[in-house]
Amino acid sequence: MALLTISGLRVSYGGVEALRGIDLRVDEGEIVSILGANGAGKSTALMAISGLTRPSAGEIIFDGKSLLKIRSHDVVSLGVAQSPEGRRVFGTMSVLENLCLGAFRIQDRNHIETTLEWIFDLFPRLRERKKQLAGTLSGGEQQMLAIGRALMARPRLLLLDEPSLGLAPLLVKSIFTTIRAINEQGVAILLVEQNARAALKLASRGYVLEVGKVALEDTAANLLANPSVREAYLGG
Amino acid sequence: MEQFFQQLFNGLAVGGIYALVALGYTMVYGVLKLINFAHGDLFTIGSYLGLTMLVSWNLSGLLPPFLGMLVVFVMVSLFVALIGWALERAAYRPLRNASRLSAVVSALGASIFFENAIMLVYGARVYVYPDFLRPDFVLNIFGVAIPAMRIIVITVTVALMFGLWGFIQRTKMGAAIRAVALDQGAARLMGINVDRVISLVFLIGPALGGAAGLLIGVYYGQIDFTMGWNYGLKAFTAAILGGIGNIPGAMLGGFLLGVTEAFAAAYIAVAWKDAVAFLALILILIIRPTGILGERTADKL
Repeated sequence: MALLTISGLRVSYGGVEALRGIDLRVDEGEIVSILGANGAGKSTALMAISGLTRPSAGEIIFDGKSLLKIRSHDVVSLGVAQSPEGRRVFGTMSVLENLCLGAFRIQDRNHIETTLEWIFDLFPRLRERKKQLAGTLSGGEQQMLAIGRALMARPRLLLLDEPSLGLAPLLVKSIFTTIRAINEQGVAILLVEQNARAALKLASRGYVLEVGKVALEDTAANLLANPSVREAYLGG
Repeated sequence: MEQFFQQLFNGLAVGGIYALVALGYTMVYGVLKLINFAHGDLFTIGSYLGLTMLVSWNLSGLLPPFLGMLVVFVMVSLFVALIGWALERAAYRPLRNASRLSAVVSALGASIFFENAIMLVYGARVYVYPDFLRPDFVLNIFGVAIPAMRIIVITVTVALMFGLWGFIQRTKMGAAIRAVALDQGAARLMGINVDRVISLVFLIGPALGGAAGLLIGVYYGQIDFTMGWNYGLKAFTAAILGGIGNIPGAMLGGFLLGVTEAFAAAYIAVAWKDAVAFLALILILIIRPTGILGERTADKL
């Protein structure tokens, strides 16, 4: 069952087309990876899904509803949350405050408490540092916070933009293990990654974006074996 | 020594009023990165509305004095809050995606509009708040005679600031305001309605500004339609002094400016008080360009 369907999506920034008509699908409970070089349009696609950039053409359907008719701040209540590129945690607010903002649209206090416990179990470091200001965390901890904050909305689809960027290899491994654990709870994940090998090991399918178009679309296993993908994104 | 303490309390009273107005500038700057030049005129409107309610409607005579004053206080704040909300809708929201300069010009235009509207409605003459509103007894604090009015103004301004601080730090909407000030895009990803938060800021800031206008009317007794420019400039200075965009900074800046002025007037000469106040601003900006509590960011104004 398709949870998210994107068709013919075009986005331009002041006359320059960042996305030139892409089609993409994420099924219920699936991990899908988007690969591509800088400027290929990966982050633009995620921002368009979250409603922060408006497409010039195309359609985004989530759970049978068009997201294009929905105001950006309402997208998250439908079940789509994002951990954006560069983490964008609220630096002068505490870890706990950041997490609570993730649950901004949830009214039920018990529900928020339960989710908070789940996130502290996924990322024990956040529990230790919940009183600390987000801006004083290390890069890895900020990444955990950004993912945890997105999960506080209890999404059915989690958009992750470059979760491994700038992290030490050991930390990358642990973040990817946690992403799998999140997925095993039934959360579908659309993962944008520079670290193509790790992303494809996690995902069931992948898309390769090149200058705003889908150049290649296949199962993760096939992409890992594909010679041109190996050369361009997996270092030969 | 007696004079020192009297001037200190005088400075704190005026400074508290500056601080209330400064909060309006700083909160709007925080969420929109815009100086709301019309804010000083909202303060003036507060003064005039207070006068109308107290004198023409005689609310303080119809109700018991304390209750009457409280009702006027609340009504003035609500009224000015609504004007502030409408101002954002009419003058700033349509320009949200325009260049920052357009919004600044719109703010200046709104200021001129309000100033002239007040003049058309009330006339260009100076108005005087009735004397009976000012309690004339004097409190004896540690052997220093302090007029009760100063203590009342200080208490009211400090109470409002604590209220605001609690709201910003302890409530969900307060957290949303802080989030929007830090990163609008990330705030929207959280499901925060940024437009609604901006509207809320344009209700709170003007409510405090209107309340300050009423206080200045009661405290000094004399109001005129151009005073928003003067007090607005002082409050804006206070906001910069403390670090624009920073809420505790605006409070600190207001009190500091009020006390500096009071001491300059007492120990140098009344004519020098503005000069000394601005000299203090220049000196602090040389040492700390982002203001006393301002964060070190490259992108300010």
